[in-house]
Amino acid sequence: MSTPLEHDYIGLTDNSSMDKTSSSLNFKETELRLGLPGCESPDRKPVSFFSNKDLNINVCSPLKNLVTSVGAKRGFSDAIDESSSKWIFSVNDGSQAGIGTTLFSPRGEGNVGKSLVGLETQTNINVPKNINEILHQSVKPVHEKNKQVVGTNEDANAPAAKTQIVGWPPIRSFRKNTMASNLTKSNDEAEGKPGFECLYVKVSMDGAPYLRKVDLKIYNNYMELSSALEKMFTCFIIGQFNSPGVPGKDGLSESSLRDLLHGSEYVLTYEDKDGDWMLVGDVPWGMFADSCRRLRIMKGSEAIGLAPRGIEKSWSQY
Amino acid sequence: MDHSFPQKVLEHLFSFIDSNKDRNAISLVSKSWYEIERRSRKKIFIGNCYAVSPTTVIKRFPELRSITLKGKPHFADFNLVPDGWGGYVYTWIEAMAVSVPLLEEIRLKRMVVTDESLELIAKSFKNFKVLVFISCDGFSTDGLEAIASNCRNLKELNLQESEVEDLSGDWLCYFPDSYTSLVSLNISCLNNEVNLSALEALLGRCPNLQTLCLNHAVPLDKLPSLLSQCPQLVELGTGVYSTEEMHPDVLSSLITAFSGCKQLKSLSGFWNVLPSYLPALYPICSRLTSLNLSYAIIQSSDIVKLIGQCPNLLRLWVLDYIEDVGLEAVAASCKDLQELRVFPSDPSCLELNNALTERGLVSVSKGCPKLQSVLYFCRQMSNAALSAIAQIRPNLTRFRLCILEPHTPDYLTLQPLDSGFGAIVEHCKDLQRLSLSGLLTDRVFEYIGTHAKKLEMLSVAFAGDSDLGLHYVLSGCENLRKLEIRDCPFGDEALLANAAKLETMRSLWMSSCSVSYGACKLLGQKMPKLNVEVIDESGPPDSRPDSCPVEKLYIYRSIAGPRLDMPGFVWTMGDDSSRKLELDVAGVEAQFRNL
Repeated sequence: MSTPLEHDYIGLTDNSSMDKTSSSLNFKETELRLGLPGCESPDRKPVSFFSNKDLNINVCSPLKNLVTSVGAKRGFSDAIDESSSKWIFSVNDGSQAGIGTTLFSPRGEGNVGKSLVGLETQTNINVPKNINEILHQSVKPVHEKNKQVVGTNEDANAPAAKTQIVGWPPIRSFRKNTMASNLTKSNDEAEGKPGFECLYVKVSMDGAPYLRKVDLKIYNNYMELSSALEKMFTCFIIGQFNSPGVPGKDGLSESSLRDLLHGSEYVLTYEDKDGDWMLVGDVPWGMFADSCRRLRIMKGSEAIGLAPRGIEKSWSQY
Repeated sequence: MDHSFPQKVLEHLFSFIDSNKDRNAISLVSKSWYEIERRSRKKIFIGNCYAVSPTTVIKRFPELRSITLKGKPHFADFNLVPDGWGGYVYTWIEAMAVSVPLLEEIRLKRMVVTDESLELIAKSFKNFKVLVFISCDGFSTDGLEAIASNCRNLKELNLQESEVEDLSGDWLCYFPDSYTSLVSLNISCLNNEVNLSALEALLGRCPNLQTLCLNHAVPLDKLPSLLSQCPQLVELGTGVYSTEEMHPDVLSSLITAFSGCKQLKSLSGFWNVLPSYLPALYPICSRLTSLNLSYAIIQSSDIVKLIGQCPNLLRLWVLDYIEDVGLEAVAASCKDLQELRVFPSDPSCLELNNALTERGLVSVSKGCPKLQSVLYFCRQMSNAALSAIAQIRPNLTRFRLCILEPHTPDYLTLQPLDSGFGAIVEHCKDLQRLSLSGLLTDRVFEYIGTHAKKLEMLSVAFAGDSDLGLHYVLSGCENLRKLEIRDCPFGDEALLANAAKLETMRSLWMSSCSVSYGACKLLGQKMPKLNVEVIDESGPPDSRPDSCPVEKLYIYRSIAGPRLDMPGFVWTMGDDSSRKLELDVAGVEAQFRNL
């Protein structure tokens, strides 16, 4: 096998095509070493990941310079200014290491610093000193206002009121729904057990090409439900059929749905267990969650008949 | 001119070879073998419906009679794949309706089926025999009416765990009186009542019926009369297994009915159980090889009484009500047990359950020498227990452990569970499928990469420290076909460094990880044989910096190029066409109809 060329990790150099050599790392150049804080490998600069101090990884990064924007195709190799094969997207040679990497599991002792058997490679990660601080600061740095909260071990001691993680534990919906209805019907042993708290209802939106489903049990109030629905249906409003690079697409993500709804063009309605269509928001949340069978984001003009005392409500209330 | 056997001889030889793996190997021997094989292959398995186009498949295998297709990524089972993602089967049905009129079998998993698709199946394939929909959705009982009316030769209708819009229970009435060929019927997923008299009549006139799985709406007092119509049953899924109050005459008719089923080997259903009715099963327990009590809310003692009489059990699915003590009983009675699944009865409960712990699993591992396949939900685990299991049960081929709370360490030592899982992969050399949970560092991935050489599918959640973890797996697991990862700190490096590996796999799923949009674009551009799909419901990733991580990423190899039916929240990377691609018309229309 020929020696892989420098800065060639997926065969992106000028001369080579995508062949077998692309899969072999030039181990010497791309040596990953596991190092304790403060140590640096002698022959290369410290590797860092997103190298972002405040955990919100949505700051403009040097990546933009490296990766092509639409239309301008540059080879990756062109974009790296050093000749050493820095095959990660970082130019910031700060010593903050992959913060995201340490976030998800508190390090057990003895893992850092050991040499790794069998692979001839080691990772050089400079672990930030204030790792505990970082762990406690934010659980989910990369996704703002997201329902997916990762429980750390610290949280495990806190009793009952825990946000549910989407899709965890990995149990199929069929099982969840069946168990949920079983438990409401069965005898004494199951009394008082919350069991499979999930209640998937279909959500349709006038004009959208397909339905969505939401689990009402994971929200505690109308605000949370409305945020979640906004997020889900935003892409239907405008812009999902625009291509990247087409002007006018910017900023049409989250604000647009809210605007439309505040403009009373759409209202949120639900079908209760008696089959009647009602406006969302009239009853206390708990009562709503128990009786709601499906949701519909309806065009405002169609919803007039539903308003109690003829007053149209919009999402701005929530 | 080659020196091989005459074509007719080869054809005859190949006709004995059923497994797709073997046939794939045969087709690589030589051009003539390829040609002979492809013209004689009848059964096709397509693990990813987007990996190849229907036209390509039909062209290559003109004698196609049976097709199996899988659609959505596995994590769709846990609601991680938004609705509308794709997996529409209509284009396949359409293509086959034209070119494969003799098609007999369609088996689908995690695909979107529409009533139109069902109607098209019903009228296009005169000799249609087998329809299996596992975890599918998008259709209603109207579509089933079409199947029932038209498929004169239907043998199997299996809707296992599918989501069916249940508009009416009368679809069963559409099977004509002349229809007698039913062998297998699984309607356990339906929500509403089916027309029971139609069902009973159907059972009565189908002498070859072997499998019947009812839904929970079938009351227990109807079961004896249904069973009396088909005493030859091999596999039964009961309806609800209780009544408001215990009726002795229901019990006695159940006893009579079950005693009459001399071939019954497999039981499931048991939606709601009144334990007083369990003795009706005692006469048949000794013949049982498969028992699914995973929806039955019954105490350990009742379960044990039942299982104690089932010495020939090969497969057992239960809820954690069985407790450690019940599993010890299993270990003592069921010496032939091959597969154990223990599901959680109350996954949202945060307290430790001292009744079902790692000890139960250790007992079964020790007591059941043939145990191969494990799915186990529990709240605590130790490295010691995992090591013990690994050493005593090296014949494990499927090991899925779900410790309910993410990041849970070894409860005895508070260490990560790296060494325990390490022992599993080290000792169980034939391990094909593994699901990890608990507190895990990069170390566990090092072990996996080093030892798990036969591993084909790996599921990872809330584990690892760095890209090294992902790198170990991608570079070490030679037989890896499916990798699914959620909530792990894996980013661009390992993915890009192992890009070529991805072409040797069926698919990779990563959600809530740290892969940047820029890396996805790069991968998509540089790897034309991969479809790199970014799923992001918060809007076009182009509106954010390239360094931003994507919500979800699904990468799969494909010779069909980028797919054409993506919804607004899925983008294919590296696809040069600037237009957002069209939606599958049928899929869209179907959804409208569902509103």
